[in-house]
Amino acid sequence: MRRGALAWGVGVAALVVAVLGALAVGRFPIAPGQLWAILTGTETGTPAIVFWNIRAPRVGAAILVGASLAAAGAAFQGMFRNPLASPDLLGVSAGASLGAVLGIFLGLPVAAVQGLAFAGGIAAVAAVAALSSAVRGQGDPVLVLILAGIALGALMGAAISLLKILADPYNQLPAITFWLLGTLSAATREDILAAAPAALLGLVVLLLLRWRLNLLTLGEDEARALGVNTTALRAFAVAGATLATAAVTALAGAVGWIGLVVPHMARMLGGPDLRRLIPLSALLGAAFLLAVDTLARVAGRTELPLGILTAVLGTPLFLWLLVRARRGGAA
Amino acid sequence: MTTLLAAQGLSVGHGRRVVAAGISFTLETGQVLSLLGPNGGGKTTLLRTLLGLIPALAGEVRLDAAPLASLSRREVAHRLAYVPQAAPGGFAYAAREVVAMGRAARLPLLAAPGARDLALAEAALDRLGISHLADRPVTELSGGERQLVLIARALVQDARCLVLDEPTASLDFGNQALVLREVRALAVRDGLAVLMTTHHPDHALLVADAAMLLHGGAMTGPMPPADLITPARLRAAYGVDAVVGALATPQGERLVCAPLVAPP
Repeated sequence: MRRGALAWGVGVAALVVAVLGALAVGRFPIAPGQLWAILTGTETGTPAIVFWNIRAPRVGAAILVGASLAAAGAAFQGMFRNPLASPDLLGVSAGASLGAVLGIFLGLPVAAVQGLAFAGGIAAVAAVAALSSAVRGQGDPVLVLILAGIALGALMGAAISLLKILADPYNQLPAITFWLLGTLSAATREDILAAAPAALLGLVVLLLLRWRLNLLTLGEDEARALGVNTTALRAFAVAGATLATAAVTALAGAVGWIGLVVPHMARMLGGPDLRRLIPLSALLGAAFLLAVDTLARVAGRTELPLGILTAVLGTPLFLWLLVRARRGGAA
Repeated sequence: MTTLLAAQGLSVGHGRRVVAAGISFTLETGQVLSLLGPNGGGKTTLLRTLLGLIPALAGEVRLDAAPLASLSRREVAHRLAYVPQAAPGGFAYAAREVVAMGRAARLPLLAAPGARDLALAEAALDRLGISHLADRPVTELSGGERQLVLIARALVQDARCLVLDEPTASLDFGNQALVLREVRALAVRDGLAVLMTTHHPDHALLVADAAMLLHGGAMTGPMPPADLITPARLRAAYGVDAVVGALATPQGERLVCAPLVAPP
């Protein structure tokens, strides 16, 4: 239990530091002291306006995106018993990207691009699930599902590449490229309110099922022998993870790396039990993406895409943790 | 004595390929039934069929008098608990948590094990004499310890019939004896019905009330182990010469089966 307390402590502390840091930097910094005045309503001037209209929505968006991607990644890595699994394993990111790229290509308004991204993500996973249940005979259902995801993902990747070639290289292509690497620079309060219900619903599903998802880590036969309807359980969990991932991808673009790496960090901290791993991944994912987004805001003259920073910052942090864990004998 | 598990005219296999046919047996409370047979002979296929993981190709399996095919996964798990081979690897769950996973079929969909389930897990660990391992990650346990943890997990499932897949495989001499004693105790002391596959004819002689031999797509037995395990049958099934003979032990005379290795 001591390990659990430490893990939670680290997770909460990381998120608090990330939130205070995100508020404190930028063109209109908000100090922790001011924050209290704004929250209680005693401060109503420029800092309050900046806070409520710009800073808070962006912080909220980063938390939502980071938490959703990391929690979905943790659930996928457990249920597919594969440390290389990430939320886009079954094509949700590829589908969402195709939807968004198509929207940008057709010159649709932002809301429509987001809607297409969300629908594309859901449709891709639905197609993968339908395909795998159609071809499944006596074979390993998990393997068939993953292979179907890889195959359809490649197909959608090809479609995205085609659209990039056909797109107007001066207006559309930069927008597409930026979207494919992810950014919160354009996220408004309305965008967040539109994405939040689906993302939170997906997260709640994963949180409610998290003990039972542990059973899937034992493998198909053992889980079924323990009385688990693995097909139904996996379907619920995939639906939850897909809902959350599609919603936040529609909001922020295809932010990579978080869903793959943050669950590993959480596992090194708190162990493999999904009861702890899923909420802890959500906490760490929120803190990590918030830190990355803050850096994206202030680091350069123009905003950097999130996907670049998550990889640049995440890789050394991850390797450091890996070396430390191996030396310490825990992993 | 109640019949908990029964197979009648059972054919097992994958898809349309029949691996073994004409299998009939019954398993009663308080009984240990041993399943022998060479690798590739269909032992695992039969176990998976009995667990309802793959459909029977012909014939019928009954669990507690109910046709297996009519039961849900949860209903099967209430009647039949499975102890897989303790393979290394996997996730580093604490032993107590692994045992508590045996409660899955007794918990509602969204519930996690509560205080009562954890107490049952502790009790099962205690019953097998391994309560000191409760907090250890299962990945750090020895093969024998991991096997006992998996037996404990099957116990908290609260099923009256237990199926063990080669529980002594990859265990050292001492751990084999430990696990075999536990298997015997589960039947004699706790009145469970136990089906166990084994590679060692001698283990069937040690702990089983009945034994059967799956070889060449057909089943011999069940019958008393002393009747089933003969040099001729072992020669036919495994292609080795063996001796079966009585040995005086401190616990009385018992039949022992030992292989013979031809001199080079």
